[in-house]
Amino acid sequence: MTNALEIKGLRKIYRGGLVALKGVDLIVREGDFYALLGPNGAGKSTTIGIISSLVNKTEGSVKVFGYDLDTHINEVKQHIGLVPQEFNFNQFETVEQIVVNQAGYYGVSRKLARERAEKYLTQLGLWEKRDDRARTLSGGMKRRLMIARALLHEPKLLILDEPTAGVDIELRRSMWEFLTRINKQGVTIILTTHYLEEAEMLCRNIGIIDKGQIIENTTMKSLLGKLNIETFVLDLESSEKAPDIKSATARIIDDHTIEVDVAKSAGLNSVFNELSEQGIKVLSMRNKANRLEELFVNLVEQGRETKEQA
Amino acid sequence: MKNPIHFTALKTIWIKECTRFLRIWVQTLVPPAITMTLYFIIFGSLIGSRIGEMGGVSYMEFIVPGLIMMSVITNAYSNVAASFFSAKFQRNLEEMLVAPVSNITIILGYVGGGVARSLIVAVIVTIVSGFFVELNIQSYGMIIITVLLTATLFALGGLLNAMFAKTFDDISIIPTFVLTPLTYLGGVFYSITLLPDFWQAVSQVNPIIYMVNGFRYGFIGVSDIAPTVAIGVLVIFNLAFFVLAWWLLRRGTGTRT
Ligand SMILES: Nc1ncnc2c1ncn2[C@@H]1O[C@H](COP(=O)(O)OP(=O)(O)O)[C@@H](O)[C@H]1O
Ligand SMILES: [Mg+2]
Repeated sequence: MTNALEIKGLRKIYRGGLVALKGVDLIVREGDFYALLGPNGAGKSTTIGIISSLVNKTEGSVKVFGYDLDTHINEVKQHIGLVPQEFNFNQFETVEQIVVNQAGYYGVSRKLARERAEKYLTQLGLWEKRDDRARTLSGGMKRRLMIARALLHEPKLLILDEPTAGVDIELRRSMWEFLTRINKQGVTIILTTHYLEEAEMLCRNIGIIDKGQIIENTTMKSLLGKLNIETFVLDLESSEKAPDIKSATARIIDDHTIEVDVAKSAGLNSVFNELSEQGIKVLSMRNKANRLEELFVNLVEQGRETKEQA
Repeated sequence: MKNPIHFTALKTIWIKECTRFLRIWVQTLVPPAITMTLYFIIFGSLIGSRIGEMGGVSYMEFIVPGLIMMSVITNAYSNVAASFFSAKFQRNLEEMLVAPVSNITIILGYVGGGVARSLIVAVIVTIVSGFFVELNIQSYGMIIITVLLTATLFALGGLLNAMFAKTFDDISIIPTFVLTPLTYLGGVFYSITLLPDFWQAVSQVNPIIYMVNGFRYGFIGVSDIAPTVAIGVLVIFNLAFFVLAWWLLRRGTGTRT
């Protein structure tokens, strides 16, 4: 199967010396709905900027549907539709002008561009607004305008950088439905977000980026599984025989320390029961810090802040 | 490069550029008409009638080509400078940068927009001048060639200015401190043969002298500079500016991080 996107060893050092990406590797398969999740400043927009050739990379390689960015930049560009994080259309142009012109830059004839404009603007609920200046649109409409603009040359890979930031719940739902639909029609989608909820609703696979590094690259299912497990460290009174725990995964660290992984829903009661049946006393217990877990606590908090502002 | 010019994209940029200046015609097309009418009234009719002849024609007839050229210069320059800078500033330039549009296409599209505006203004000013003086034309070829080369040159100049500009102020510095003085000293209002030898020699360095004289030659058949030299100078400057703009855009100066 073809890879829609293949990134190897991607590094970016901004002028001024800030290292934004420290060797990112990423593969997104054709047809996937992929989430790139990470806190603010993690390097999501930088990664996307490089893929869409708005940012020059420092090192590494990027391939889109097998085309190398360094040698086949036009083919790479032709395959990508980009919905950037910030509004970047001309505020004084009308909705229709913006999308039709964008198609023109990709070599789509004006006639065909007009037909597609009607199709996509209608699907995104903007056809009525086609003659309005972009600056008169609401935030949610502007976001959808950028989605329509990115689709007019019918790219095989759609990349959205935080598409639902500042969009209210109602509209977010309909945007999600729209994206799911075009994904079913065969468009590979990559979206960045810092809402776990959004990634969970939409995506099959997920990469987690933090401080310029991919720290997890897995399926949504197994990620949620991992997140659902908590690890506890138990200090035990020394005993002759090793504890034997069946109701959870336990690891013996030393004579008087064990670690147990417990599903959040299961609780610790059964573990304690087993230990007391074996005559082993638990002296103290603490939650083991989990890198992923910590990150998610941060993400969830950020998500909350952003929502309150919005 | 397989295909240096992308024609659909070129047409699109050009239409977009024309739509822009036509949308804000009150700011782009009306002011030159008003300014030039004032020049015609004040310099041409009121003062000019006391000056008598210059270059073998009435003073009014002498300054009309220069004034048309002056509006071509300022409009070609400011159209591209303002449009490209605001595309950079509002970031809608990214619409072109993410698409497979070659740098040459982007340059030609913007320059084409500036040339279109300056030619429309030239026509307006010429029509206005028709109310004050009867224009004779000696060489259509010379008029068309010099006006086109001048328009493209200053459109390219505006583009270069916009590429380097970081703030809106930066796109008015060059017009104010370089372009306007050069234009006024470029033989719009006087024949450089009136100047002392030293200043005549200095004036030869001012490229606008060549444009104004080449263009005026097309109307009155008289020029301070040989027409072929005027065209040669224009072609050389055009090539230099084009190559510079292309090189800067390729490097991403002011456009890509
Ligand atoms: N143009 C730039 N110049 C310098 N540093 C930048 C630039 N853009 C982003 N950065 C820095 O690079 C890091 C990654 O930023 P970004 O890719 O925007 O993160 P994200 O999209 O995940 O929030 C941040 O520390 C940010 O401050
Ligand atoms: Mg970002």
